[in-house]
Amino acid sequence: MVPLSYYLVLSGILFACGILGFLIKRNIITIFMSIELMLNGVNLSFVAFAAHWQHLSGQIFVFFVMVVAAAEAAVGLAIIIAVYRTRETLNVDQVNLLKL
Amino acid sequence: MTENLHLWVIPILPLIGAAINGLFGRRFSRQRVVTIALAASGAAFAMALWIATQFSSASAPYVTYLAPWIRAGNFQVDFSFYLDQLSFVMLLVVTGVGLLIHIYSIGYMWEEGGFYRFFSYLNLFMFFMLTLVLAKNYLLMFIGWEGVGLASYLLIGFWFTKDSAASAGKKAFITNRIGDFGFLIALFLLIKHFGSLDYTQVFEAVSKLPVEVNGIGLLTSIGLLLMVGAAGKSAQIPLYVWLPDAMEGPTPVSALIHAATMVTAGVYMVARSHVVFDRAPSALTVVAIIGTLTALFAATIGIAQTDIKKVLAYSTISQLGYMFMACGVAAYSAGIFHLMTHAFFKGLLFLAAASVIHAVGGNQDMRYMGGLRKYIPWTFWTMTAGTFAIAGIPPLAGFFSKDEILWKAYGGSWVYWLIGLITAFLTSFYMFRLWFMTFFGEFKGNQAPSHEHDDSHGHGHGAPHESPMVMVIPLAILAFLSLTGGWIGGRLEHFLSPVFNDGLAEASEKIGETASKGTEHLLMGISIAVALLGWYIAFLLYRQRPELPARIAAGLGGMYKAVVNKYYIDELYAALFIKPLVDGSTAILWHTVDQGVIDNSVNDAADSTRHASDAVRHMQSGNVRSYAGWVAAGAAAVIAYMIWMGVR
Amino acid sequence: MDLHLALFLIFGAVCVAGAINLLVQRHPINSALSLITVMASLAVEYLLLGAEFVAAVQVIIYAGAIMVLFVFVIMLLNAGEEARTGGSRIALVIGVPGMIVGSTIVAWVLLKRSGTGDVAIGSLPGDPKTIGWLLFHDFLLPFEVTSVLILIAIMGAVVLASRPELSSHLEKER
Repeated sequence: MVPLSYYLVLSGILFACGILGFLIKRNIITIFMSIELMLNGVNLSFVAFAAHWQHLSGQIFVFFVMVVAAAEAAVGLAIIIAVYRTRETLNVDQVNLLKL
Repeated sequence: MTENLHLWVIPILPLIGAAINGLFGRRFSRQRVVTIALAASGAAFAMALWIATQFSSASAPYVTYLAPWIRAGNFQVDFSFYLDQLSFVMLLVVTGVGLLIHIYSIGYMWEEGGFYRFFSYLNLFMFFMLTLVLAKNYLLMFIGWEGVGLASYLLIGFWFTKDSAASAGKKAFITNRIGDFGFLIALFLLIKHFGSLDYTQVFEAVSKLPVEVNGIGLLTSIGLLLMVGAAGKSAQIPLYVWLPDAMEGPTPVSALIHAATMVTAGVYMVARSHVVFDRAPSALTVVAIIGTLTALFAATIGIAQTDIKKVLAYSTISQLGYMFMACGVAAYSAGIFHLMTHAFFKGLLFLAAASVIHAVGGNQDMRYMGGLRKYIPWTFWTMTAGTFAIAGIPPLAGFFSKDEILWKAYGGSWVYWLIGLITAFLTSFYMFRLWFMTFFGEFKGNQAPSHEHDDSHGHGHGAPHESPMVMVIPLAILAFLSLTGGWIGGRLEHFLSPVFNDGLAEASEKIGETASKGTEHLLMGISIAVALLGWYIAFLLYRQRPELPARIAAGLGGMYKAVVNKYYIDELYAALFIKPLVDGSTAILWHTVDQGVIDNSVNDAADSTRHASDAVRHMQSGNVRSYAGWVAAGAAAVIAYMIWMGVR
Repeated sequence: MDLHLALFLIFGAVCVAGAINLLVQRHPINSALSLITVMASLAVEYLLLGAEFVAAVQVIIYAGAIMVLFVFVIMLLNAGEEARTGGSRIALVIGVPGMIVGSTIVAWVLLKRSGTGDVAIGSLPGDPKTIGWLLFHDFLLPFEVTSVLILIAIMGAVVLASRPELSSHLEKER
């Protein structure tokens, strides 16, 4: 028997790591992967709560999150490819045409 | 108060004329403009005549109530019009002389630009003056009072592209305003103590009050403040300075406004308020003193002026002083009598002077006139009538009215009489000086330096020429009135007596009765002698021995210079009042308040917005990772808030 | 210490290790591989909670499709190691300790609160039949909307990623 809070802590750790990666990393693709990590952490907490409240809609929601994540990944990577074509770099610090 | 005379129609007619000419006159032909203007003022005069047939002393005063105006608790003011004997006299003078001057202006202004504007303003002036004269309460009179000031400003500054004309208009209006301030405070006192501005109600309440013999009580204050207003409007000391400058306007304007009608508004107002003044002897004395001093003062300036219009301007101020002197000794009907004759002969003199100026092609300096009686006979003869009238030579109009005033002044104090006599001598002298210099001797017009004249009427002809008939006929009519107008003097006094005889006025009239008829005839003889003396001295100095005036002037040196420069009063005012005011306004109101406070606060508002945006701008750095950081920070804040709300 | 807790702790540790490795690695392909391990161990965690269908979908979609897409793009763009450019040093100095502190606090609060109850192993069976029933009955509208969403994403991705000649060729056709 695992207390619910353990699952939540794990979820929180994954989420925190995701945020850290989002802020620290310079490679666009790595940043994107950190976002996926965040989503996964949230998915875990959804499933944990679904088991806690004995309600399946938590798992359904996870399903939808995954669908959206897939769509987002497709479009986001397409954008990254387009950016790479024009900027010739994957360093997010060099995508700064709007800089004053 | 029997029949309704529809008094309100009389002022409305010129107003309609002014509105039509003002709004549409630009597109009208000159004939149409003239038709409208003449129709308006002619209709007003015709209505005045009709009223004359209906007027009967027994039913006076006539009141026409038009509409309510102000109702504020117990205080109410209506649009009501009032006709008693006093306003009847004023009405006829204003409409009659006004109509004649309208006719004269047709010829005079025919070649000027802004033709329709001139007649629109003239009609507007008539509207306001008639409102002033026919009002039943002080507030409506004040509307007329201010309105004639406005019309005067518009007409003096008629050639507004000229700096001197525009400044003269401003000077007139502002000086009037200072007087109006006194008038307003008097009105406030009336409202506060009597709760009304209606003539009937105020005078009824005032007549119950006792005569104030010691100190400055309520009635004395009201009287003095009314006199301040009158001094502004009727150009008395110390507010006369605008009238000589007002000669910048076209001469018919000077004739109408600054001789016949507007400047007499002050006299009318004092006469109308005689109930107040009769119970405030100190105020009356002040009125008399101001009038007497002004008469003498202006006459002394007049004898040294070379501009023909300036001589007449100072003469006007002096004659107005006579009228105030008369009111000051409670001889109101004498003042009104002189007002009427003055309207005739001064209006005539101004119009004739305009004719002269027109004839010599725009020059106004008398030193370059002379010998004009051969060229412009009509003008010469009419102006002669006017000159003799104002000098007080019997049996012309001026003699009767001026003599009446001197007689009544003698009853007040021999000092008034003496100063009045000296002024009469000076009047006669400078008027005949003008007469001789203009019409006799050699024509010196070719020596005139060619420069811009105020009355720009240059024709480019060599010899002077007579004015057209449309200008001569009004001159003739006014000359006739100057000749005969004085003969109704006795009947006028009798006619006006119901207005002025309400107990107290009679008492002061009695003063005049104590001295005998013999004294009266003696004084009459002295004034005739003085007038003839003035003629003789003028003849001597300007006809027989023309070199004498220059020698006398050189001999008098500094005093002569002071007189020629109008005793430097304008400069004194400029230094005492105008310069500190302008400097103060510049330093305080402009630099400190307008620029420092208002402009700076607006600028600071804009600046602070800019600085704030500048600070916030750094959030938009164009750096993707800093955006990511901001997003994370915002999300953390929201989560923290939600946790906090959940915990609470 | 029963099997449930042991399994949970083991695979939880694998998750955390993978996540930290993702942050630490400099080459994106290494980060991608660590993310795959995280997802795989998460799938096991789902199984421990009884969500069979979700676990399967996690492996198939997330680890099997999305991560493959990532790896494809990394290979396509020939992404190299992260160069040390300027950027934001502040994030490293403040962010990392801050995040550690923050998560420690949250973890401590969560663990301290008792009474949240225990979750038994496989407590809520989410078999495909039940999930399918829910999807096509209670959650029909979101289901259909997400299919439209995927369609839009496909079209967007095609347009964005297409070669410039292709899009200008499309322009010339108009």
